[in-house]
Amino acid sequence: MAEDDGDMSTQQTQPGPTRAPLDALARLESEAIHIFREVAGEFDRPVILFSGGKDSTVLLHLAVKAFWPAPVPFPLLHVDTGHNLDEVIEFRDRTVERYGLRLVVANVQDYIDDGRLEERPDGTRNPLQTVPLLDAITTGKFDAVFGGGRRDEERARAKERIFSLRNSFGQWEPRRQRPELWNLYNGRHRAGEHVRVFPLSNWTELDVWRYIKREAIVLPSIYFAHTREVFQRDGMWLTAGPWFGPRADEPVEELTVRYRTVGDGSCTGAVLSEAADLDEVIAEVSASRLTERGATRADDRLSEAAMEDRKREGYF
Amino acid sequence: MATTTQDLLRLATAGSVDDGKSTLVGRLLYDTKSVLADTLDAVHRASVDKGLSTPDLSLLVDGLRSEREQGITIDVAYRYFATPRRSFVLADTPGHVQYTRNTVTGASTAQLAVLLVDARKGVLEQTRRHAAVLALLGVPRLVLAVNKIDLVSYDEATFEVIAKEFTDHATALGYPIGSVLSIPVSALVGDNVVERSGHTPWYVGPTLLEHLETVPVEPDPHDAPLRFPVQYVIRTNTAEHTDYRGYAGQVAAGTVRPGDEVVVLPSGLRTTVARVDTPDGELAEAEAGQSVTLVLADDIDISRGDLIAAAVEPPLAVDEFEATLAWLSDKPLRAGARVLVKHGARTVRAVVGELNARFDEQKLTSVPDPTSLELNEIGRVLVRTAEPLPVDDYAVNRRTGAFLVIDAADGSTLAAGLVGAGLQALSTTGSASGASTAGDLVSPGP
Repeated sequence: MAEDDGDMSTQQTQPGPTRAPLDALARLESEAIHIFREVAGEFDRPVILFSGGKDSTVLLHLAVKAFWPAPVPFPLLHVDTGHNLDEVIEFRDRTVERYGLRLVVANVQDYIDDGRLEERPDGTRNPLQTVPLLDAITTGKFDAVFGGGRRDEERARAKERIFSLRNSFGQWEPRRQRPELWNLYNGRHRAGEHVRVFPLSNWTELDVWRYIKREAIVLPSIYFAHTREVFQRDGMWLTAGPWFGPRADEPVEELTVRYRTVGDGSCTGAVLSEAADLDEVIAEVSASRLTERGATRADDRLSEAAMEDRKREGYF
Repeated sequence: MATTTQDLLRLATAGSVDDGKSTLVGRLLYDTKSVLADTLDAVHRASVDKGLSTPDLSLLVDGLRSEREQGITIDVAYRYFATPRRSFVLADTPGHVQYTRNTVTGASTAQLAVLLVDARKGVLEQTRRHAAVLALLGVPRLVLAVNKIDLVSYDEATFEVIAKEFTDHATALGYPIGSVLSIPVSALVGDNVVERSGHTPWYVGPTLLEHLETVPVEPDPHDAPLRFPVQYVIRTNTAEHTDYRGYAGQVAAGTVRPGDEVVVLPSGLRTTVARVDTPDGELAEAEAGQSVTLVLADDIDISRGDLIAAAVEPPLAVDEFEATLAWLSDKPLRAGARVLVKHGARTVRAVVGELNARFDEQKLTSVPDPTSLELNEIGRVLVRTAEPLPVDDYAVNRRTGAFLVIDAADGSTLAAGLVGAGLQALSTTGSASGASTAGDLVSPGP
């Protein structure tokens, strides 16, 4: 079988026998860089969503590589719920400064303060991010918005395109999705519409971690095991903090934990973990029996179609 | 733990409705332990709610609410799994006739396709059609999964008849011996998907997963002449990089080394490659699939959309060419349509001048001079572009022979375009079916 010529494909002659194929991570990196450059070439005002989480940090690292030695030709945008852990915000600001980039911050707190949004009874602010996000996109006249979403995260994301057209209300319409062929991306859109772009679409959680290791990418410290005062709610370990508890019936314990995802502190939980460095994290992720969202994100548990509903509304 | 140097196989699945494709994909994920406990819990809960006694594995992959309600897959879903030997990106494409466009989408990047048939029904017309579309799109390898083998009592003769019929069909489409494999499986029970079945002692080949793990990955065409579409011009002026000007792109075919003589199209200007830059250092050589930045010896005018090609074998820049279109829009195509064509990193205005032939998917023959191409139809057309495009024949290079047809008004993607009379596969289908062809799709163009 090895000797046949691949006939139907592109192959006209035998490959050199010594050439090793690019490995999976090299292919994923090349694909992501190609996507960044396509957007830079075709859109007027792209922006990268940057939270300081591991996926958006990898995204930024890839953007830096795509345009090296020139600086990244886009600003960054963070929708800050006001419920972020200090370590993450510090990391965010440090990273922005290191690369000399411009960061636009949309604050959920501002919207609550002036009455445009109302705090939810459960205190969760993730669903409140949509309006500030869409306002920031409109105000900034951004026509392409890079996100760190991966298709392996959730079933509705599995059908997401790499270039995902959003209407002028920021909504995702599954039926209007364009077929995405070869690596030819169609980013055309009407005035007022924008395109969400997901360069990490084909990456898995494990790919992200292995790439972080290969590239020696620096992450916020909360991704690695540390002792923290936490309490249990809905089966998750939440950080005791000024915004979200604990309630009187929720005892606080000091445990060794780490975060697998970074999000609103009131609905993103830590996991019990002893994984203190990248090798240990990779070993843990390889062996994990829970998806990262299932383990740590209450917002996806709201209903079976939770993610699909939020995407239709214009969520990340 | 898996090594970090494993390679990547992109595959697509295709099959008719009710062949159990989602169940097969669910089985692959389930048996490779790619499904984690919470996802599985959700599937168990939903299965119990539907009154089922065993988990419905198709629920693992049918993601959108309307799909779960209708029990069919209506959009391409991408799935990821890995074994210690290989990482997989799987495009799960719908089998419904009206969703053929998704099969085209999934197949466009696939290195291998798994086609499903129901062992009780054998090779159907749609199986043949799917195989033809996969051949047209240049998917190098096929696997026929003869599913529900448990429902024919694991009968070897039934399997052999189906396998032979399919292999003959694939051979007629141009697939050489060794690029097609048939496997008896039961996705529901798990026979020969990941675990070897005790019920098919007569089958000595690999299980589906063993085959996916070991089948040679077709390399990118790096022995072909260089094709490098310029995506973006990187300019900067710093102490470290004075007056830097580099051309960023992904090598679409061939290799590129410092000192290589290249030609820039469409201008036709010649120069040599000074450096192959990456943030990780200069390369002695970059090959197809790598994203790099080329620095050239001479200061010539190059912008996004230009193609840097090997000076010895450059493509022809043409403003009129024959092409095969898979029409993906509800709005039919008629001769004279004004559209946009996106090829490489260049988008140009174009007119579809003539509709020369349409593939009749029912009779598996071709019909000359159709008045229109409707959704999901495949036809041979003449394309005229406002500016010359440096195209290759799709049969020679999937990357530089492919283009999109885009609606200039609303921006939607209208068609997948393949440069050249790529319908050879489809017309062969016609003769293989024994039907007489009204128009020969492989005849040279007018």
